[in-house]
This record gives sequence, C-alpha cells and structure tokens, in this order.
Amino acid sequence: MTAELVHGQNHPLPGARLEIRLTAGNPVIAGVTLADERGQVPRPEWVGHPGAPVLPGLELPRQAAAEHRLAVDLGALPDDVCRVNVLMALPGGVGGPERFGALAAPHAAITTLDGTEIASFTVTGLDSESAVFALELYERQGAWKVRAIGQGYAGGLAAMLADQGLPQAADLAARINDAVAEGLARAVGAAPVTASNGARPGAQGGAPASPTPPPSPSSPATGVNYRHPGRRDDTPPQPVSPPQPPPTAGSGVNYSHPGRSTTPPPPPLAPPQGDGPRVPVAGDATGWSMEERLYNQVWGMFEDLARTVAAYRSAVDFADSRMERELEGVLSDPRTRIGPAADAARETARARHVQLVDQARATLDRDIAQLQAEADVVEPALPPPYARWDNPCWHAYQVPTEHPMALRMGDLSLEEAGGLRIPMLIRLPLERGLWVDTGTRDTFGLADSDQVRGQGISLAVSIAARLLASYPAGDFAVHVIDPAGTASGALTPLLNSGVLADMPAMGAAGVQSVLGKLTQRVDLVQMAIRSGAADSLPPDIDTADQLLIVHDFPHGFDDRAVTQLRYLADEGASVGVHLMMVADREESGGYGPLLDPMWRKLLRITPVPEDYLADPWIGHAWTYEPVTVPPGSQVLTQVLAQVAAARRALPR
Amino acid sequence: MSVNLSKGQAISLEKQGGGSLSAVRMGLGWQAAPRRGLFGSRTREIDLDASAVLFADKQPVDVVFFRHLVSDDGSVRHTGDNLVGGAGQGGDDESILVDLQRVPVHIDQIVFTVNSFTGQTFAEVQNAFCRLVDETNGQELARYTLTGGTNATAQIMAKVTRQGGGWTMTAIGTPAAGRTFQDLMPAILPHL
Repeated sequence: MTAELVHGQNHPLPGARLEIRLTAGNPVIAGVTLADERGQVPRPEWVGHPGAPVLPGLELPRQAAAEHRLAVDLGALPDDVCRVNVLMALPGGVGGPERFGALAAPHAAITTLDGTEIASFTVTGLDSESAVFALELYERQGAWKVRAIGQGYAGGLAAMLADQGLPQAADLAARINDAVAEGLARAVGAAPVTASNGARPGAQGGAPASPTPPPSPSSPATGVNYRHPGRRDDTPPQPVSPPQPPPTAGSGVNYSHPGRSTTPPPPPLAPPQGDGPRVPVAGDATGWSMEERLYNQVWGMFEDLARTVAAYRSAVDFADSRMERELEGVLSDPRTRIGPAADAARETARARHVQLVDQARATLDRDIAQLQAEADVVEPALPPPYARWDNPCWHAYQVPTEHPMALRMGDLSLEEAGGLRIPMLIRLPLERGLWVDTGTRDTFGLADSDQVRGQGISLAVSIAARLLASYPAGDFAVHVIDPAGTASGALTPLLNSGVLADMPAMGAAGVQSVLGKLTQRVDLVQMAIRSGAADSLPPDIDTADQLLIVHDFPHGFDDRAVTQLRYLADEGASVGVHLMMVADREESGGYGPLLDPMWRKLLRITPVPEDYLADPWIGHAWTYEPVTVPPGSQVLTQVLAQVAAARRALPR
Repeated sequence: MSVNLSKGQAISLEKQGGGSLSAVRMGLGWQAAPRRGLFGSRTREIDLDASAVLFADKQPVDVVFFRHLVSDDGSVRHTGDNLVGGAGQGGDDESILVDLQRVPVHIDQIVFTVNSFTGQTFAEVQNAFCRLVDETNGQELARYTLTGGTNATAQIMAKVTRQGGGWTMTAIGTPAAGRTFQDLMPAILPHL
C-alpha cells in the first residue's frame, strides 16, 4: 500500500535499495543533494544532477524529462551523509515554463526495486517557485526514513543550493542548466510532455498525452490542501492566473506558506438558514397521508423530548458527581479541610456545578420552547382519533369511511418539560389489550379508591367511544361484561346511544355467554385464516373488530371463564378481538401467579396521572394522563349519537 | 482528496467567519471478502465496526455502536451496522453522524474508533479506510487508509474536543486490538 504523505510527514523505509520516481507536467531537472548531520552540503561533489549523474549510492537521469527514475542505495552512500534531498527544478533558458505554478502539481513516489510503492507525495500550492525539494531521505538511529518536504524556491536552483550552504551555488546552478541544455540539444526532439496524472507510476493506463490542468484541491489527485476544507475562498492554482508580483531580487527563499492565499477572504455569505428556531408546521414529517404524517410528527416530538431530557439529566448527573468529587477532594486533605482556601475551593466547585446545570437547562429550555411551539400548531391540526375531547374537531365530527391509523390514549409528560404534553398515540388495530388499573393509588391524594374506580370505568368508556368513533360505521363492536351491574351509571353514554353490540352481560351466565361467543369467534376466524378460507366463515360471524370491556374482574368468573379470558388475551388480538380490563389486580390475587402473564400482556393505563410509562428510546418514566371528557361536555354523547345513526343507516 | 492526517495533527472545526461546524460524519468503508458462490462457500466475511464514545471529563458517558445506534441525547447517530462491507470503491459502508450543536453540554470529547468484529487485521482487508466529513457540505476533513497498515484489529481514529464554543478535531490514529469498543477503552483513555 502507498502512504500518501502530507507536508512534513515521514514514513519508514523498508530497505536500502530504492527507486524514486518523479513526475511533472513538463520536463524538469531531477537532482539530489547529500547533506551532513547539520543539514549542510559541504562541497559541490555532493550534488547529483544531470551534469554529474553518478554519485556513490546514487544514479540520476542525464537530462530533463517529465518523468524520472532515480536509483538509490542508501548503504552505499558516503559514511558522513545523513540526509538525501530530492529536488526538482525547471530548466532555465530553454523556453519552457519558468514557474511550477504553471504546471500540474509535481509528484514524487518512492518505491522498492520491484516497483511496489512505499510512499508518495504530491507537491501542491506551488506558484512562482522554479525549484522545489520534494522529498528528504534521512537517517535516524540507524534507520532510514522518507519525509515529505515540498519546499519551493522562487529564486530557482541557485537560491536552493545557496540555502544548503554551498559556497558557489550560482556557478553550480549555471553548470546544471548548461548540462541540461546540452542534453536537450542532443535529444532528437524536446522531451515528450506526458500527462501529469495519467503518467503517474501505478496509474499508467494509456492516458491521453495532453497536459491536464492542475487538479482542483478537492480532486483525489492532489495530495494535500492545507486550507480548511470548509473555507470557500479556495482558489486552486490556475495555470494561466495572472502572475503574482515577482519576489524581491535576491530574496531567494519564498517564505510564504505555499498553500496560503494572500487574497482577502470574500465577505461571508448570507447567514445559513437553519440557525434559529424553525417555524413549526403541522404535518412536518413523512407519510402517505396527513394522518400518517401527523402520527410520525407526534412520535418525532416524543423522541425529541425524550432525548433532550436525557441530555439534560445526564448533564445534571455529571455535574452532581463532579461537584461531589471536588468537595470530597477538599475534605479528604486535612490541610485544606478548613480555612479560606477550603471555602474558596467549595465555592468554585459549587459555581462550576451551577454553571454546567444552567447551561444544560438553557439548552433544555430552548428545545422545549421549540417543541412547545410545534405542539401548539400540531394539536389543533389533529384529526379526531388523535385529538383530545376538548378539540373543536370533535364538534365537526363525521363518521369516517376509512380505518384509523392510531388512537390517542392520553398525554405524556416529563417533570422537566413543564407543561409540554405529548399525545400518546398507539397504532390500531390494537396489538395488545388494555388494562385500566383501578388499583392505582392517586399520588396526588385527590381521589380515594372508589373515585379511582369510577374514573376507571369512565376512562374505559371514553376510550371505547373513541374507538367506535374512529372506525367506519359497523366496523367496530363493543361488548361489556359487568357481572354486578356496578358500572351502569358510567356506561350510560354507551347504553343510551345504542352503540353497544348487546346489553352488558350480567351475572355468571351473562359472562359465560359473552365469553363463549367471542371464544368461538376467535376460534373460527383463526381456523378460517389457517386453512386459507376466510371467505367461508358462517354468515352469523361478525367480522368487525370487537372490544370486550370487562368490569369488576374477577366477580362472576369461574375457572372456565378465566381460562376463556386468558385465551382471548393470548389469541384475540391477531383476529380482531381486543380486551379492555377495568380491574384492580389485587382483587384477582386469589388466582396466584396464574394470571400474571395476562396482566403483563396488557397495556396498563391509569385513571389518574401516574409516571410509569417508559419510552422506547431512553426508558424515562413518563407521566400518563388519561383522555377524559371535560366536565359538563356533551361531546361524547353527541359523537356516539352520530355513530349510532350511521350504523342504523347501514344496509342490513 | 482531503487532508491525510498524520498522528496528533489537529484541525479546528471552526469555519471562517466565526461559525463553527454543525455536523460531522465519520465514514468507514471496506471491500467485502470475495465470494465465489452462495452454496457451500465458507467465505469469511469481513465485518468492521465504527463506534463513537462520548466522554465527559474523561469519563465515558455514552457510546454509539452497532448495538446502540443513537446516543441517548440523540446527537450522535449510527446509520446501521454493515456486516460484510461494500464494493471497496470509496463509498462509506458505515457512518456515524454527529450533530455537534446538540451534543450535551457536559460532553467534551467524542472519540471515533474502528474495530474488526470478525477478527481480520487491517492488513488483510482490501480498500479499508475511514474518514471524517463535514456533513453540511460533504467536504472530507480527514482520511486514514487502514488497508496495509499494521497488523491491528482496531484503530482509535480521531477525537473531536469541545473548545470554547466550537470543536477541534485531533487525529489519533493509534492501532489497537479488540472486537468492540469496550476492548479499546484502556487504549483510548491515554488520548483524552
């Protein structure tokens, strides 16, 4: 593999015998200088060039070319040579280009004798320079390494050699140029100009022999671009760009960073959009329908709130533990335990804590404000199945013609999020049954257990009504088991409107008959589906989705009925028979652990707010608030009346 | 081609004009093991995994890897585990996106690592690389060629560090050994 070196980067060399390949867009002079441990070239004999192509351990090309191969045997170099500098220079006085900026970026590669590339380096950012040190081979603790240099000289070979401490640098540079001119004169024609990139070793693949413009900094052929990639004032070196002012005579070394542009940066563009809070829009999510888009948007808000609160909690936890650690550090050292220093240290620790928590709070507040703004536009746009009972859309309710996608079960909130409520939408058809837990203790102490019980059955009615209203007429049926008849008051809206499939089942016999009918239905539908004969169900089977509300469980249930109920809980959902238990789990404690799997399968909702629902991402405990009808509102009755009227209008 | 970072080289992720980078992406790509046929082939698939570990004051707080694709705060997201690699033509086979502006305030360093889950060393994997990209404009910030490197099964690639209001990226490039990021924790800590 090849190491693509950057300016200044080094790479170990595997052996002493190597080949160096130099490529440029035009014929160039290839040369080397040998340096001692001080980096100086003491005498002209240590400079290898076309006029002196063979040095101990080195063999160089005898003329300028666009492509060079230099043979190196590091073991055969004179003993006091510590460094080999590989240079490229543009031949002077032969009518070629006089600055590297006019050419494609020169490329240097170092390979083993079998041609395997060890490291390569593309010298970029050259402009008025006419000589450049590409690579340096150096000995460090007995091992040879290669380093990418890329140092250019606007003063050409003479300046470059003088910089190395050679006394007669100008003479030597002139000799080198003469040798090249002679070499060119001997040649049949000018050395062929090969395409800079196409002719690169390892990429020889019949590239057209036309000079290619220098690659732009982002193209993969350029080695390095030192400018920040995000900056835009990046002008690639153009071959025909107006020449920069020539360097002052005699200055020789170009000290400016080859990659640095002296042109002032353009004024910043318009501030990027996306900063600042977005203007929230309802339905700002993917989906095939508005309903699906809103559903996804609500779930997106749910996730966003979960995550931003997670970030806040994590930051506060960290701040707490850091302060504890710092305070402990103060206390554990007897010398610092008391005195002003300790007070100051404690003060600092507390201040650091406050600062971090404030920062985290500011972030959280910003996010919550954004989500609140979104909730403010989303909430009014929700369709009835997603909307609270107090949403005006319920007053404009019309019986839908299509199956709903999801249903709002209540609101979710987190302590840190203040008044922000996320609608709790669950997908329909229900994948699991519901359990309205009337055994909930009201943590706020506002309702005693009887009130909780009453609120429980009201919640069940509220959800049943929402389900009835969300399905097309006749596509959803509700059954009620109320063995002792204790729920008749709360069930009034369902009873009076006539939307119930049949009257609430009372007593053990009623329980038996309803459970028996539903069990048979589940059994038949399952059989029909398994045998692929869903069309041949008996005509008296109701194909609508069924919801069974069980109140006062386990009153009126014998063992057989409990078994049937468990069967419905296990198998019902897949064939459209859903269960809603309105129960206190403790009352069925006599069955022991037998019923535990059933309770676990049900989605527990509470008639009073309680924090027990976990989100799927972080697992925060969210406070659930049930969907309740505002006191005194007739909306539920009106909606159910419409459902019943639509059902009566159905052709029998 | 972008900057080939060398060890320890630091790049400020500040943009000109004061604004800082808002999103970076770590991309990891490699060439799938050659496959001759489906039936009876006992090809050893190559599974490299990219991970990002979030640190607060040198304490690991969260991690994003193939079993935890999104950091709890949602600021770092893994686009999904690739178990076999790709065409080996420079495309990213796994990506980790970091929304730097949303990283929680106490997180001050994020370290990116690459592991060979199936145990091949990087020397055995064809065309493996990892890179960091400015996600806002697709510019590559740094690239490492993994193929042909040391006989390591993991690499601690780089870290981004919070500095003032912005972030700085530092190349680490230390080879290590291990199946998942957990094995690398002792090797990561000295770089914090």
